[in-house]
Amino acid sequence: MSENLQLNSEGKLKHFLSIEGLPKSLLTEILDVAESFVGIGDNQIKKVPLLRGKTIVNLFFENSTRTRTTFELAANRLSADVLSMSISTSSTSKGESLLDTIRNLEAMYVDMFVVRHSISGAAHFIAQQTAPHISVINAGDGQHAHPTQAMLDMFTIRQIKKDFSTLRVAIIGDILHSRVARSQIQALNTLGAAEVRVIAPKTLLPAHVESLGVNVSHNLTAGLKDIDVIMMLRLQKERMTSALLPSESEYFKCFGLTEDKLKIAKPDAIVMHPGPINRGVEIDSKVADGPQSVILKQVSNGIAIRMAIMAMAMQKQGVS
Amino acid sequence: MSQIHIKQGHIIDPVNNINRVGCVYIADGKIISVTNEPAGFKPDTIIDAQHKIVCPGFIDLSTRLREPGQSRKATFKSETAAAANGGVTTLCLQPDTSPVIDTPAVAELIKELAKNAGYPQIYPIAALTQKLEGTELSAMLTLKQAGCIAVGNANQSVRNLLVLRRAMEYAASHDMLVMFRPNDYWLGNNGCAHEGAFATRYGLPSIPEAAETIALAQCLELVELTGCRVHFGQLSCKRSVIKIHQAKKYGLHVSADVAAHQLHLTENDIIPFDSNYHVLPPLRTEADRQYLRQGLASGTINSICSDHQPHDKDAKLGAFPETEPGVSSVETLLPLMLKLVAQRIITLEQGIASLSGNPARVLRIKSGALTVGFSADVCVFDPELDWQVNADNWKSQGVNTPFWGQTFKGRVTHTFQAGNMIHCLEKFG
Repeated sequence: MSENLQLNSEGKLKHFLSIEGLPKSLLTEILDVAESFVGIGDNQIKKVPLLRGKTIVNLFFENSTRTRTTFELAANRLSADVLSMSISTSSTSKGESLLDTIRNLEAMYVDMFVVRHSISGAAHFIAQQTAPHISVINAGDGQHAHPTQAMLDMFTIRQIKKDFSTLRVAIIGDILHSRVARSQIQALNTLGAAEVRVIAPKTLLPAHVESLGVNVSHNLTAGLKDIDVIMMLRLQKERMTSALLPSESEYFKCFGLTEDKLKIAKPDAIVMHPGPINRGVEIDSKVADGPQSVILKQVSNGIAIRMAIMAMAMQKQGVS
Repeated sequence: MSQIHIKQGHIIDPVNNINRVGCVYIADGKIISVTNEPAGFKPDTIIDAQHKIVCPGFIDLSTRLREPGQSRKATFKSETAAAANGGVTTLCLQPDTSPVIDTPAVAELIKELAKNAGYPQIYPIAALTQKLEGTELSAMLTLKQAGCIAVGNANQSVRNLLVLRRAMEYAASHDMLVMFRPNDYWLGNNGCAHEGAFATRYGLPSIPEAAETIALAQCLELVELTGCRVHFGQLSCKRSVIKIHQAKKYGLHVSADVAAHQLHLTENDIIPFDSNYHVLPPLRTEADRQYLRQGLASGTINSICSDHQPHDKDAKLGAFPETEPGVSSVETLLPLMLKLVAQRIITLEQGIASLSGNPARVLRIKSGALTVGFSADVCVFDPELDWQVNADNWKSQGVNTPFWGQTFKGRVTHTFQAGNMIHCLEKFG
């Protein structure tokens, strides 16, 4: 279903909902297009007229600073008109009202929705229900997918490491609740990474996680061996109260990335994190701010990747 | 009252060991003969049943008709028409209506609604505990006297085992059947999909098999402790089938059913985020499906229910975890059973028994057989007739089924409830 929903009849991007179902060629195209947008931020005039006259609505049913801001900036730099709405989830917890919100905005001649929602499948649902001319970009749905984050991560990896086929990548932390991890795993596997390894205690791994195409380790020291790319995940505080972990300090002791642990990985390994960082919980400040960290680069790349995805999804409407 | 002659059909009545071509004679709402034409028989209705199967009307152990309380989803009128269209002549109604079936007034209201819908054979299942909250016992004896056929927990868990023990002891004191849907509240963790590869891929809150099997094992222990008669409903996984098999071998008097869709669909069939596949218990793995089928074939599971749950459009319109679970399924009950026969999982006799004689035995009612003197509950179906699941052939107000648009083989042509023809395909509309 996701293939048909995300691509138009010519195989071009229509909605961007999840990495699953997208061919390698399309992911590579996204990375290439993003490349062409990288320099724009350095220009005197940080705008291209690709989406002039288009209206993009950022619908954030869940809080976000980084993702929303980079989507706004990306849309602005493409010269689109942007409206950002933060909608409290409580008022739209039922399908009817979510749909009503969408219908109302549709009536205002919107061209694209960028959606973040706390429920898995929300972006798919909106894409299915919305008028055919509107594109939907998933900015994170529940525990399902966060495909633009995964693509900016891939972009950052490619900038530094060039070739995916030799890379061993470790994703560390709360895989169970992470939409970022799911999208990263799919993107890395589609782009042909040599190995994707997940490292976490059993309580933070979903059932049959290996079915996603990963190797599994419950030990950070053993798991970091031969790793080229380390992708840390944020640990939510509520994991402690729901009996998934005993304490932050024990978690840091077992799975926190410190300088010593980092030495186990390859010497040129890079350290990534989707943010926001919990210093001293999943990552030591010395590593987060250290020479192997590319965390801020990820943030800057977020703009170029989101510009690329928005521009490509609009292309099907004869723009650009 | 009228006399009906169902002529020259292939009669299958597993309870009475009948499997031959012949006639069924009905008078005054009762079966009066399945052998020779009774003396002085003057039928006012003759049904030509040549090349059709004539069998006992089906008994559905788990349904929701949405009244009282949710008539925007469905009504007794719409859902009893759907049941008749599916060959079902007796319905057990789960207690999670609004208000819950925990007072005689609600039970009586249901009887009244059933009568007004022209479909009196609806048995309310009373709530095991008040408001299904799992804390205080319902007035089981009063509810029994008001027409409730059993007590049950519907989809609610009984979290406190002491309460469950006492409810079972109390039910046993009044010789009441407990219809139990095993589901551990904490392990269920408000999930919406089987804890497996599918839920992992799509990031869906998930329910492990253990949520069912642990609750089942606990209840089996309490069966031994209390001597309560328990029927386990809507089993979904391999280890549940094994546990029931072991319990029976050990000598416990328990029985079990499975919802028809669980015998056909697995997590692999789910179209991602299609809410028509959102059911509880969730669709599980191929191994689970195989065991459920074997359990049915071996008799460990003795009945198939529809677990009919019609919904309005809005209930299924949303992101998968937010939608309401359940399938509108009473009209696909027969073809899904026949598919198992075609796949040689069970024989036609077994299939019919699992929809009639066996559930009648669970409920201890005089039905589910073409026994002389029994209420004339009869289903006539054409096993070769193809039909599509679409608006033209559908009576339920709920169109929430993963089978929508599919073509099935086998369709009910006539349904008689206590001698009243409540469905006739020729007059369908």
